[in-house]
Amino acid sequence: MTIANTPQTWDEFMEGVWKQNPTFVMILGMCPTLAVTVSAVNAISMGISTALVLIASCGLVSMMRNVTPKEVRIAVYIVIIATFVTAVDYAIQAISLALYDALGAFIQLIVVNCIILGRAEAHAAKNPPMPAMINAAGMGAGFTIGLLSLGVVREILGAGTLFGIGLFGAGFQPWVIMVLPPGGFFVLGAWLLFFAWLERRKLRKAIPLAEAAQHV
Amino acid sequence: MSESAFQIFVNALLANNFVLAMFLGLCPFLGVSGKLDTAFPMGVATTFVMLVASLCAYGLNLLLSAFHLEFLRLISYIVIIASSVQLVEMVLKKYSPALFRALGIYLPLITTNCAVLGVALFQTAREYDFVQSMVFSFGGGAGFTLALVLMASVRERLTLSNVPDLAQGTALSLMLAGILSLSFMGFAGLGG
Amino acid sequence: MSDQPSSDKKVIPIAVAAPDAAVPESPTGAMIRTLGLVSAICGLIIVGAYQGTYDAVAANKRIATERAVFKVIPAAKSIAEFVAQPGGGIAKVGAGDSAVPPGTVKFFAAYDESGKLAGIAAEGGAKGYADTVRIMFGYQPDCQCVVGIGVVSMRETPGIGDKIITDKDFLANFTALDLKLKDDLSTLAHEVKAVKHGSKTSAWQVDAISGATITSRAVGKAINDAAQALLPRLVPNLDKLKPS
Repeated sequence: MTIANTPQTWDEFMEGVWKQNPTFVMILGMCPTLAVTVSAVNAISMGISTALVLIASCGLVSMMRNVTPKEVRIAVYIVIIATFVTAVDYAIQAISLALYDALGAFIQLIVVNCIILGRAEAHAAKNPPMPAMINAAGMGAGFTIGLLSLGVVREILGAGTLFGIGLFGAGFQPWVIMVLPPGGFFVLGAWLLFFAWLERRKLRKAIPLAEAAQHV
Repeated sequence: MSESAFQIFVNALLANNFVLAMFLGLCPFLGVSGKLDTAFPMGVATTFVMLVASLCAYGLNLLLSAFHLEFLRLISYIVIIASSVQLVEMVLKKYSPALFRALGIYLPLITTNCAVLGVALFQTAREYDFVQSMVFSFGGGAGFTLALVLMASVRERLTLSNVPDLAQGTALSLMLAGILSLSFMGFAGLGG
Repeated sequence: MSDQPSSDKKVIPIAVAAPDAAVPESPTGAMIRTLGLVSAICGLIIVGAYQGTYDAVAANKRIATERAVFKVIPAAKSIAEFVAQPGGGIAKVGAGDSAVPPGTVKFFAAYDESGKLAGIAAEGGAKGYADTVRIMFGYQPDCQCVVGIGVVSMRETPGIGDKIITDKDFLANFTALDLKLKDDLSTLAHEVKAVKHGSKTSAWQVDAISGATITSRAVGKAINDAAQALLPRLVPNLDKLKPS
């Protein structure tokens, strides 16, 4: 890779993390985001699993993009994604049965995570393998960050621990609703509110500057 | 598992509602629940696909288990679901073009609806027999439709209310969903 | 297709054919070839992953099972896996078999260090609050009772349903839970059921945790259903469990 390529690669990567963050910007992959983020460990595991499937699938789709007729492309993408999800499923079973049990059916549900199919169709099918995989890695990182932001909040409030380590004393009354389904909805809604507020603040700051620029 | 068909149905519909308790089918739930007119047909179409998927998954599972090919389960389920959706699309296009156009892009998106694959996976994991599987998928689809319709009704009302624009959009839908989910928790234990 | 004026004069088409029409339909051969290639690659990946992880997964499952059995039958030092068959007999499960024939009930015979039968362990499952609650319970043939339980998997509410693991009063239910069979050995003499907290009167009832009724009921039902399926076939064949 030449030096000129490096900023482009970084941009490719960061696009998935920030500007097109799957969780907060594109609102994709909601099912696992709300279901498995009851603890930070589960959140990270799901994020890494999805990222691996993303990278591998986009890589293979990209490698095959010139021999894939457009009529069968969705079928091809789905089969490829399902293959890597099956592989990751077995890998997690081999690593830790406890983790496998905690993540449950949502490992296999990675197959229908709209992020992966969307990326394959929008990006991997039109780009060579390396950029496709870097972009996929960025998306995966963005997704993991989204998951983590929910997992951390829900675990701290709902169980008083972080990554299993107790934070507060024994007298802490956990906010149990946070680790139940309604809590997932509320926490994600709160995050989106927070980001909307940040956007608005940025816009407000930009207006006086723009006006000042006009008067110059 | 010795749950009765009635228990399974009531559970899937209310206490363990697919959307509000099991977090399946959230993308269409947040996307299509803006208007009641599109929410209900979407729910019905999804329920139909879930029934077909459940039926096929049951058969596939028997076949795969007989040949010790369990590792092909996921791939075969998703392929059968994608095919079922294609089938439903063709049927709708022929017999109800208006509905086909109304659902638009959301119809092929049923393929990536976690609720459909979720039905197949859960009924396999819980080792339901044929009747239990059918009842489970019907209850799940009905629950999905119920949640969609409830959400759409509330959101339609809210368009006329004074919601702070900071909260408009998905944040509002999520808060609403949280309240709905909270209320559905009251159904716990219903149906035994 | 661009419009051709319907005159006999030779006309040069003004517009090129519309872009949509210019893309040719892919030949069926190409589609089949691609699908075949994809299936081959993916098939290899799946089978490779399955084979590659098979040993590790089997080891994990065995370790988890052993841990659960040793928990409910503390004196156990070794385990042998059996199935109770629909016809009424029991058969030992070989080391390589993983599939459970339909209609059979799996259970474990635990032996202590001297080789004597220390107890039986079996799994049961029932619907709890969120999903299935799976428990392993230990059974003593001498007293015909449950001697302990362990939770294999559950997704109950933390702080409420998961008290079944920690609540000492609840666990005390299972130090001598009555699982006697009727005289004709056809079914349990009394159904194992959870009763309201504080109202337990008989040895076959489970005193539910106050505030966690649904999960407690699931535990009771799990034991009941498993025992109903297993014990009528197991008790007549107990002597077959002596180590060979």
